[in-house]
Amino acid sequence: MVRWVWCGALMLVLVAADARRIDSTARAQAIPEFGFDASADFLKLPADLYLGEVAGVATNSHGQLFVYTRTGNPTVGLGNSRLFAHGGSRLLQFDATGRFMREIGQGLYGFLVAHAVRVDPQDNIWVVDEGSSQVIKFDPDGRVLLILGRKPEAITIRVPASTPSASPQGRGASGTGAGGAGDQFVRPSDVAFDREGNIFVADGHGPNARVAKFDRDGRFLLSWGTRGTEPGQFNTPHSIATDAQGNVYVADSGNKRIQVFDGAGRTKSQIANVGTPLSICIGGGAHQYLYSSHAGDQYGMDDAAIYKVELDGRVVGKFGSAGKEIKQFGLVNSIDCRSENTLYVGELTNWRVQRLTLHAPQTR
Amino acid sequence: MIDATVTVIVCLLACLAADPALAQTKAKAQNVPEIPYESVAGFLKLPANVYLGEGIGVATNSKGHVFVYTRSADTRLFEFDEHGAFVREIGQGLYGFEFAHAVRVDRNDNIWAVDEGTNMVIKFTPDGRVAMVIGRRPEAVEGLVAAPAGAPEAAPEPYVFSRPTDVGFDAAGDIFVTDGYGNSRVVKFDKNGRFIKQVGSKGSQPGQLNLPHTMAMDAGGNVYVGDRSNARVQVFDNDLNFKAIYDNVGNPWAMCISPGPHQYLFVSNSIPDNGLAQYRDITGEIYKMELDGTVVGKFGKPGKKPSEFSTVHEIDCRNPNELFVSEITAWRVQKILLHPGH
Repeated sequence: MVRWVWCGALMLVLVAADARRIDSTARAQAIPEFGFDASADFLKLPADLYLGEVAGVATNSHGQLFVYTRTGNPTVGLGNSRLFAHGGSRLLQFDATGRFMREIGQGLYGFLVAHAVRVDPQDNIWVVDEGSSQVIKFDPDGRVLLILGRKPEAITIRVPASTPSASPQGRGASGTGAGGAGDQFVRPSDVAFDREGNIFVADGHGPNARVAKFDRDGRFLLSWGTRGTEPGQFNTPHSIATDAQGNVYVADSGNKRIQVFDGAGRTKSQIANVGTPLSICIGGGAHQYLYSSHAGDQYGMDDAAIYKVELDGRVVGKFGSAGKEIKQFGLVNSIDCRSENTLYVGELTNWRVQRLTLHAPQTR
Repeated sequence: MIDATVTVIVCLLACLAADPALAQTKAKAQNVPEIPYESVAGFLKLPANVYLGEGIGVATNSKGHVFVYTRSADTRLFEFDEHGAFVREIGQGLYGFEFAHAVRVDRNDNIWAVDEGTNMVIKFTPDGRVAMVIGRRPEAVEGLVAAPAGAPEAAPEPYVFSRPTDVGFDAAGDIFVTDGYGNSRVVKFDKNGRFIKQVGSKGSQPGQLNLPHTMAMDAGGNVYVGDRSNARVQVFDNDLNFKAIYDNVGNPWAMCISPGPHQYLFVSNSIPDNGLAQYRDITGEIYKMELDGTVVGKFGKPGKKPSEFSTVHEIDCRNPNELFVSEITAWRVQKILLHPGH
């Protein structure tokens, strides 16, 4: 017993030493630091409406903002012999000045625990719900167009499983991640689209550790990835984005890297010098950049930054720190980078959206 | 084998001691003068469609507005004006509202709610908008965990509370949180919510805590903690060093320190909420004390009639002769006028 404790302590020391090495590497590269301004009160909410944990923020082509937030108290209903969970997340729309426009999807069956919102090139709004394990597509008017995955009918009161399975476990899953059984998610985290309208879902927080690809009509095509540390494996694929060439970037948080694949899931490269990536965003335009939010601790209080990266992995610069004040970040779970130098970030632990205006970077 | 038996006995004793329901005690203070008082009837005017549930928290701001934090179908926070007229609800559907425990107002009229159901401390601006949150509601999606019979004794982590109970502030704006039913500690944060330090572990030694249920701060930044199941008030300095114990006023459920040049400490030895008759004769009174622990007087007795106290859970004492008390088992807030000169 004592030996095990010592063994654990030794491992901690080794991990700490490893972390120091990464730190010193980052310092050696002298990453330029962006100056930036931030506003945390530009969203104007009605008096009776409150943001909770902001899981997702995204803009459409008109500059309107969509905020997917965990609020409104998830409720467990007492059924026959089962418990039914509902409520708990809301999708809000604001105009480009931050004025509240409307709520979308009030009381929606799939709104349980918000995780991401994205807007596709046609201004459709996509929501990823970690609690209902669903991906929901709304048209620009806010009506449901397509749903992927199915919400579990009922929940059980149970102790959380501590040992995740290595194979996908969607409802009826065969374990191969292929065919019809592969179209169900377990706590999915994010969604992205390529030029053909194919849909890529990062899946997710649960025992699955994969990317699932669907065609534009929601037909399951293929999935790749298992739990692990090798290239092509994942430990909590937490965010996903595509570039103009259709390459797929996956924030592989638990492995502290962003993995890059082609559209068929073939490994291309990885970006491993941006800390622990929670959320990523790839901008538009002729020269695309990737933004990645780093959170070095689970509270968002000790270590955080957002990195701006070339698509080949070279770090352009970084900005921000951890904390609760303006210009500080509390678990940035989502970044919108439609405009290269005006970003919107949604924070889990600070219950807010910040609008960031970047200045030219300065080398320290 | 004997060791094991002794261990079991010690554990059993510890469990018995840890059960608040079995810990209620008669105050040691004797021959305490009674302070004459009255209850203002029907002070709070509620709209027809608004109901109070358990009166968990009550606090006033500098304008005399009254904030009531209550457990109804949802946990809700209401604001009333200085005449008791309903002003508004704050935080409808808030992610951090699940099971109210305390509300306090700081010197800048920010409103702070402590929710023991979500493990969160929430700061609202005077306008009622969220300014800052500390702690984090656990994500429920890994599966709901059946509540253990006792409160969980989680390893205290800087930003993770376990059923926190109360909050206080010093002149620098530093934030103090009593935490709580699960943890047994007091945590100090700076005004931006950054962890500074903590004190306390579960036990009955000086500096240890067994259900830190309420707290108050004096003008010097000292921290007074209602160590409820240990039947004592413990005083810590601003750096959370142990200073003193006042163990003569029963089990402190609710505490308040009045402002001004001469500060008083109010401590409620509330009748427990389990309705056991044996506590009716030994609890229910509120003590008025000097900050050094000297008992000035007491008032009140247990009961559900007006002017009686039915499990007082929070006291507001912005004016030391005009108190507000919220009560768990009477679903109400009373305005209490003390007549200490009589």
